[in-house]
Order: sequence, then C-alpha cells, then structure tokens
Amino acid sequence: MENIDTHSITRGGNTYHDGVIRQFSIMAVVWGVVGMLVGVIIASQLVWPELNLGLPWTSFGRLRPLHTNAVIFAFGGCTLFATSYYVVQRTCQTALFMPKLASFTFWGWQLVIVAAAISLPLGYTQGKEYAELEWPIDLLIAVVWVSYAIVFFGTIAKRNIKHIYVANWFFGAFILTVALLHIVNSAAIPAGYMKSYSAYAGVQDAMVQWWYGHNAVGFFLTAGFLGIMYYFVPKQAGRPVYSYSLSIIHFWALIFTYMWAGPHHLHYTALPDWTQSLGMVFSLVLLAPSWGGMINGIMTMSGAWHKLRTDPILRFLIVSLSFYGMSTFEGPMMAIKTVNSLSHYTDWTVGHVHSGALGWVGMVSMGALYFMIPKLFGKKEMHSIKAIELHFWLATVGIVLYISALWISGVMEGLMWRAINVDGTLTYTFVESVKAKTPYYIIRMLGGLLYLSGMSIMLWNVIKTATSGKAAIVAIPPVHAHA
Amino acid sequence: MDINTLRIVATVVSFIVFIGIVVWVGRNRKSSDFKEAANLPFKED
Repeated sequence: MENIDTHSITRGGNTYHDGVIRQFSIMAVVWGVVGMLVGVIIASQLVWPELNLGLPWTSFGRLRPLHTNAVIFAFGGCTLFATSYYVVQRTCQTALFMPKLASFTFWGWQLVIVAAAISLPLGYTQGKEYAELEWPIDLLIAVVWVSYAIVFFGTIAKRNIKHIYVANWFFGAFILTVALLHIVNSAAIPAGYMKSYSAYAGVQDAMVQWWYGHNAVGFFLTAGFLGIMYYFVPKQAGRPVYSYSLSIIHFWALIFTYMWAGPHHLHYTALPDWTQSLGMVFSLVLLAPSWGGMINGIMTMSGAWHKLRTDPILRFLIVSLSFYGMSTFEGPMMAIKTVNSLSHYTDWTVGHVHSGALGWVGMVSMGALYFMIPKLFGKKEMHSIKAIELHFWLATVGIVLYISALWISGVMEGLMWRAINVDGTLTYTFVESVKAKTPYYIIRMLGGLLYLSGMSIMLWNVIKTATSGKAAIVAIPPVHAHA
Repeated sequence: MDINTLRIVATVVSFIVFIGIVVWVGRNRKSSDFKEAANLPFKED
C-alpha cells in the first residue's frame, strides 16, 4: 500500500475499483449490528415471551427469518461481495470488469436487504428456511447475482497473472453454486404480487429445499468464507499458505462432496431410506476436506505463532479456523442417523449452527474487514487496536457461553423427549422440557449480547477509521517481466 | 439410454476425475507453478 500516492507512475495510471468495496465493507458492519440485534431480541423473547409486544410484526415467527436473512445474506453477503472484489483485483492485478455493473450489485443487494426487512415482519414468506423471500425479491436476487458473476468472472478473464489464485476458485464456486441453488429452489408459481407456491410437491419439495439449505451452508457460508481465509490468513500472517497442493485437493474434495449432504436434514422423514443413508455417508466424508482446509489455514502460522500474542486481527482469523474445525467435526457426527435421532429438532442444532456462524463465519469476516478497512481508507491500521482486542474477547466469550448453553439444553431436551416409563408412557410432557431450558436460554441470550456488543464496538471503530481517513486510490502494480 | 445409466456414468466419471486431480497434484507437489501461485497474495506490495 506504500504506493498510494505514486499511482501515476504505473501503467496508464490504472487503479483498483475500490469504491464498491468501501460501500460493501461499511454496510457489512452496519447489517452485522442490525442482524445480531434482532438475534438478541428473539433470544430474549424465548425467555420472556411478552417481549413480542403482542404484535404480529414483532412475533418470533416473523423476526426469526429476519434475523437469519440479516446475518447470512446482509452481513455475510456484503462481506463476501467486499472481500471477493478486493481479492480478485489484487490477485489478478487488474481492475474490476464492468465497474458500473459492480456498483449495481451494491445497490441491488441493499434493495434486496431492505425488501427483506420490510416484507418478512409483514408476514410475506415462501416458508422455506433461508429462502423465505417472496418471488419478486427472488427475481431481483437472481438479477443481482448474475451481475455479480459477470463482474467476478470477467475480472478473472482479463487478469494480468498466469495463475488463478486458490481464493478465487473458492469465490468462483460460491458464486456459481449459489446461482444454481437459488434459481432451482426458488422456482415457484406466483399467485399474487407477494404470494407463490413451490414448483415442487411433497417430499421432493423437502429434498430440493434441503439440497438448497445445506449447500447454502456449504457454498455461501463455507466456500465463500474459505476464499476469505486463503487470502487474508496468509496476508495477515505474512507468509504463503502452508500447502498449495493441499488447497487444490481441499477445493475439489469440497466441491465433489458437499452437494450430496443435504438429506441429513431429513432423517427419519418420508424421504427414502437410501437417500438418508447417502446423505449421512457423504456428510461423514466431508470431515476430510473440512479438516484438510482447517489444517492448511492454521499451519500457515507455523513459524509465526508469536504473532498471535500481539495481533488481534490474526487471532480473529485463527480462532475462526478453530471454530471451523470444531463445527465441521460436530456436523458429520450429528448427521449420523442414531445421533440425529437425539439431536434433531433440539437446541443442539441451533448451537451447532451458531458455532459455525458466530465462530467461523463471523470471526473470519471480522478479521478480514479489520484488515481491509484501514487500507481502503488510506490508513495504516484501524483507529483503535485496543478496541479490536476488546471485540475479540467479547466475541469469544459470547460464543462459548452461547454454544455450551445450547449443548446442555439440547441434549437435555432430547433425552427428556425420548424418556419413557416402564409402562411405555412418556416421562415428561413437552412443556416440562421447555420449562427446563429457561436458565440455558438466559445464558444464550447473554452470550449473544456479548457478541453484539463486540460488533457494536467494531462499528464505532470502523466509523472512526473511515471518517478520519479518506478514500485511498490504490495503483495496480506494473506487470512483472515473468508474470 | 436409461436416465439412471446416465446418472451412474456421471457419478463414476466425477469420481475418476477427482482421483485424477489428486494424482496430478501429488505428482506436481514440488512444482514451481504451485510455489508461484501460493505467493500471489504478496505480489501486489
């Protein structure tokens, strides 16, 4: 970044298109605070149901999809747009293809988020988890996403470098697969402006939904964020990835395996038994590429471990990989049918999702944003390093409280549901299991509150950094003789 | 051709391609291309 003011000396004075990255980065942090706030509100509603205020718009059933959409697609989505545009330009040493279209992806995506924030509390939903948005919004998503693909792959096509860096492979797979998933699963027959019926029926509809649902985890929340990991961990650690050949095997193993794992969401349902077993086996196979990737990321630190002591950004990135390893061990285990018979429909599932979401996706995003934002605003580092440190500890303690509370309450309610007396009657009524969970719901809410406070500190830190800096114009380095 | 035969062929071909990728990567483990690619994030500074 030392050549911020020397861009005129480079080939034709070409610079990276970073404006759209600045927009996406700031909005990622803003939507992060909003989405996590809604999360804390609904976690509180589970303890104190009166907090729904007796209004339909603020009831749990409507705010819960608002929370999931806000954190996944608004916070996670903006982070992915920002980081992929940043990485693809710098590792291809070329400016974004069709910058106006890139700008359209920003405004289009914000429009999708606002439409979601209005329509979900009003009760408009397709009733498919993580695909709740009604068909007009789905169409807008498809248009924005195709534009994103054109910008991203167009940039790769005009690269000035021979190789396509592994992070771009992950981003590319994420963009292609999400387009496919979204278009197939959102296929619906409109029955009014904001009402539609799925194009599929019965168990096929369930299978399409969880093919979508699990691959949303696998490609949106995993492949995309692995792209972040493969660029920002080496950058922040100051050394290349541990094994480039492992990263290639990691990529292809993940691509060939993830698509098959969806049926584990439908164990012991009307889905044919062989499909359930297939989903279980492929989920178990997934452990190998997941841990290969985690090891590759963590081992990048070898010889530089001491940096963890002083660098809170690196700590965000490495702890995120630990949570990635933990949740990708837990996931295959929960996909085993006998384990699933205990864990499914309990809080254990919710805890598992959050160890992945808060631990892996959240922390790797925060690390990458803390790396990028000062550079985008022409600053050496964030306004306050102490605040990053504080954010790190609030987030870590928050996650640990959150997931351990839900492990206990999940296993407890699973055991209570299956407990039977000698005469074959159920030992506990359902409401007894709900009542028993109260203390754990309070701890979970406190964990979420800590995580939200960390995110709010980040917002303050980002505003301070952005307002004290100015938009940095970064030059594309001249092509090397042997590029 | 039966659609299921097509599905079987696609699955088996995918598996063979994956094994092929693993073998190819194993043979090129020490190649300078991989080293060059791994250093791409540092080329910009």
